[in-house]
Amino acid sequence: MALITASDVSLGYDNHLIVKKLNFSINAGDYLYIVGENGSGKSTLMKTLLGLLPPISGSISFGDGIKAGDIGYLPQQTIIQKDFPASVREIVISGCQGRCGLRPFYNREEKKLADDNMKRMDIVDLKNRPYRELSGGQQQRVLLARALCATQKLLLLDEPVAGLDPNVSAQMYELIEKLNQEGITVIMISHDISAAIRYASHILHIGEKIYFGTRGDYLESEAGRDFLLRNKSEGDKNYA
Amino acid sequence: MLDKIIMYLQYPFVRYALIVGVLIALCSSLLGVTLVLKRFSFIGDGLSHVAFGAMAIATVAGLTNKMVIILPVTVISAVLLLRTGQNTRIKGDAAIAMISVGALAFGYLLMNIFSTSSNLSGDVCSTLFGSTSILTLTREEVWLCAVLSAVVVVIFVLFYNKIFAVTFDEDFSRAVGTKAESYNLLIAIVIAVIIVLAMNLVGSLLISALVIFPALSAMRIFNNFKMVTVWSAILSVVCAFVGMMIAILAGTPVGSTIVAADVVAFFACFLAGSIVRGARV
Repeated sequence: MALITASDVSLGYDNHLIVKKLNFSINAGDYLYIVGENGSGKSTLMKTLLGLLPPISGSISFGDGIKAGDIGYLPQQTIIQKDFPASVREIVISGCQGRCGLRPFYNREEKKLADDNMKRMDIVDLKNRPYRELSGGQQQRVLLARALCATQKLLLLDEPVAGLDPNVSAQMYELIEKLNQEGITVIMISHDISAAIRYASHILHIGEKIYFGTRGDYLESEAGRDFLLRNKSEGDKNYA
Repeated sequence: MLDKIIMYLQYPFVRYALIVGVLIALCSSLLGVTLVLKRFSFIGDGLSHVAFGAMAIATVAGLTNKMVIILPVTVISAVLLLRTGQNTRIKGDAAIAMISVGALAFGYLLMNIFSTSSNLSGDVCSTLFGSTSILTLTREEVWLCAVLSAVVVVIFVLFYNKIFAVTFDEDFSRAVGTKAESYNLLIAIVIAVIIVLAMNLVGSLLISALVIFPALSAMRIFNNFKMVTVWSAILSVVCAFVGMMIAILAGTPVGSTIVAADVVAFFACFLAGSIVRGARV
């Protein structure tokens, strides 16, 4: 049974339709890249998957015992967080907030979970460091550790390498690939089509043309070739 | 000087004022950290002006218990303001400015037209900048204040982890099933209650100082949320106490003396923070 199945989903907000008739399904262990132009509805789709925004029509169903709250989410960073006084540990353990329900304090199990995930992300030595003084890559590891506290199965990453330099981005991609190999299903929004081609098992392209399929098929498809070509020429322009 | 302090402490109204002042300072500083971090510093200011307008209405209506009008009006405004703030930041900003000056103007207008007292400007001035009213508190008012403060502190401690999470990252919180809207509502209501309480102490123009200064000072020195919260509570209580003592001894206005103490503390923390950071680098 698929982990997430979207059938005929249309997305948008305030009666403004952005994406029409989306169909795709994600199985356990998949590594899905969601690609598309700016404003094509990638973030809206992400919000709908998280249950923050209801779809205009169609349905999204979860299988394998996944509930909307079981998803580990890595949002884009906000301005508020830039100078927020919080230690790494405080942020990581806040990933357990969904487990607490109305219980006011974290229990021993949740504290251990936070410790384990800091180990997993190799940030144990940063534990008491202030978040705002860390580098961009370190901050992303902290937020990834927090997301892992919320889930065992499924990660949703919104542009996880935005604003990172190429070396750090590569490390981040390797880290995410490692998590995927450990059995965590990954859904990632990205601009980085070259990374998508390298790491993804499936690609969902949204925009004027919608495409969903495995990476190999995408490269052969019309939508894929168009997008690649356009991104390549834009990339060349940037270097020129 | 000690004799003088002891002499003053003999009077129950001085003791009441000190108790109430310290409690209000404690409560206002706790939520100050969240408001400053959420970029809502001005909400305290806007709400206090609303409270002033409501007070004017209550005065004109000739109510003896003005809280009946002031508290609900302020709470409703707080809820509305926080709600607009969530959609777009500029709109929220403008909404606060609009409501705050509007309420101020209407409040003064009402008090002026339907003036019941012979000393109108004195009345207005004391509502705006804090008055001697804190020295004329009755035992019941002290109890009310103590109970409300206790409720605020208990709520804050119980929901501390959630408040942190919602302040740091609302989207993430909602994604893992935390009812972020409910917590925002809770924060709005509590801050409105605090502001109504604090109006007696420092007057409506100076309340936001009580809310933001301790939080900003603590943020200069500390880098984690728990220490910032604890330190801003301590700082706020100490400043309120020292401010009130000075006001009593030197005969200065209570509200502005407390705020002055907060400003001094902020610069001290600013300096200390720069030195600590400099040493670390």
